[in-house]
Amino acid sequence: MGSYFTRHLQVCVASLGKIREAPLAALLTILVIAITLALPTGLHIMIKNALKVTGGWTDAIDFSLYLEDGVSEADARELAVLLESRADIASVTVVPADQALADFAALSGFGDALDELDDNPLPHTLVVRPLATLDGAASDILKQEMAGLPETDVVELDTEWVGRFQSMLKLVRRALWLTAALLALALLVVIGNTIRLDIQNRRDEIEIMQLIGASDGFIRRPFLYTGFWYGLGGGLVALALVGAGLLTLAGPVTELAGQYQSNWSLQGLDAREMGAVVATGLILGLGGSWFATARHMRRIMPK
Amino acid sequence: MIRFDNVSKRYPGGQEALKNLTLQIDRGELVFVTGHSGAGKSTLLRLIGLIETPTRGQLLVDNRSTRGIRKRGIPAYRRDLGMVFQDHKLLFDRTVFDNVALPLVISGLRHKEIGKRVRAALDQVDLLRKENQRPETLSSGEQQRVGIARAIVGRPKILIADEPTGNLDPELSLGIMQLFDRFREIGVTLLIATHDLALVEQFGHRHIVLNNGELEFDSVSMRDTRALFDH
Repeated sequence: MGSYFTRHLQVCVASLGKIREAPLAALLTILVIAITLALPTGLHIMIKNALKVTGGWTDAIDFSLYLEDGVSEADARELAVLLESRADIASVTVVPADQALADFAALSGFGDALDELDDNPLPHTLVVRPLATLDGAASDILKQEMAGLPETDVVELDTEWVGRFQSMLKLVRRALWLTAALLALALLVVIGNTIRLDIQNRRDEIEIMQLIGASDGFIRRPFLYTGFWYGLGGGLVALALVGAGLLTLAGPVTELAGQYQSNWSLQGLDAREMGAVVATGLILGLGGSWFATARHMRRIMPK
Repeated sequence: MIRFDNVSKRYPGGQEALKNLTLQIDRGELVFVTGHSGAGKSTLLRLIGLIETPTRGQLLVDNRSTRGIRKRGIPAYRRDLGMVFQDHKLLFDRTVFDNVALPLVISGLRHKEIGKRVRAALDQVDLLRKENQRPETLSSGEQQRVGIARAIVGRPKILIADEPTGNLDPELSLGIMQLFDRFREIGVTLLIATHDLALVEQFGHRHIVLNNGELEFDSVSMRDTRALFDH
């Protein structure tokens, strides 16, 4: 048993040496694998972060009451006082149109463009915070009653768009899995093809091995290990690419989060996810070379 | 040790390389096979090496019918057989030592044992000093000797050689044949296909001649015939 493992180790190291003999070709293959792995991984990180950042928002149950255009600020304040007296409402904050515009200009960065506007397109808004104890049904009734007020244009539960956004993210994530599956298939083909070329280049060697009594398994082993190294290299380089991408984005993300008065920062891959990326590379590397050797070695017969 | 019973071999093209060949080779015999190109010498050896299978008839090697050997069993069968080729069939990206060691590595021998046996084989072909060189730095005769060392390192009972001296000058050829003769002395059964009739005569071993896939001459049966007349 000991010698069995020693032999495997020898072939394993020897195949690494073979790769070193043609470093450029191997590097290109590894890079292709790495990029193909890094793309879905990067997308996964984006979706994960988007879900995380919006996850905290579902707790905010404020209503936004957008008032009709004709409603003056004084009327808005009067309505606010009226609403605040209701038993099911905790507080009402008035956001005058001017202030909404100023906030928007400051946060969106469209300040200069907004200066060009002749008049403020935004209505006055009331931010209504219901009692925390309010359940879903009571919350719906409150929403309908506020929508029925003559001054009201639109009532929106602030969490609604969060829910929609998260559904969209989940849809994108599903699409991501499909894309990842297709990319995995592409990788199998790429690795299989590389190994196929390798087999063709070493055809004479394989024939000689067959003539002196090497089993198919023995001949196959170095090719499988080559696939293993490609997969491992591709997985590790993919992690490096993702890491570099995160570093590049970290600055702007912190800046963006700062503008939303948040100290939230971009979250990378945890150990389990990193392991999954490398394992995927390994499985595809071994799988691709397994298919290639199974398909192409059978055709080689000594002459 | 090797027995051909009415063996015929027809290649897919329709060419009949061997016709109804019957031949018996005993343990420890050294047999030279001659004949013009295309007479069936290579086919004879390729059948023994299981590179080809007979179209008709039966081939027994070491009392075992080759028909009973399945594809998966071929590697193990070949490991018990030494094969020497005219074009040496060495791996040029490995040292002489690694080339000779390959059959033992395939068999899964331990590192120490491999080193011992490879050096013993290289010593027999007088190439011990060149074990760390690559084949391309060696002369053709030396390359052939590496091939022979590789064929004998697994201590086969049977050694077959197809034109082992095809590319060598007479002096080197003689050296190689003497080497084969030494293996005969230790009980190896050898079958050597060659063009070199002068060399064959020099050794006086059994000599068979193939012509168009048929056995034209066999020195052993001639000897028997002569023995019959001598009485």
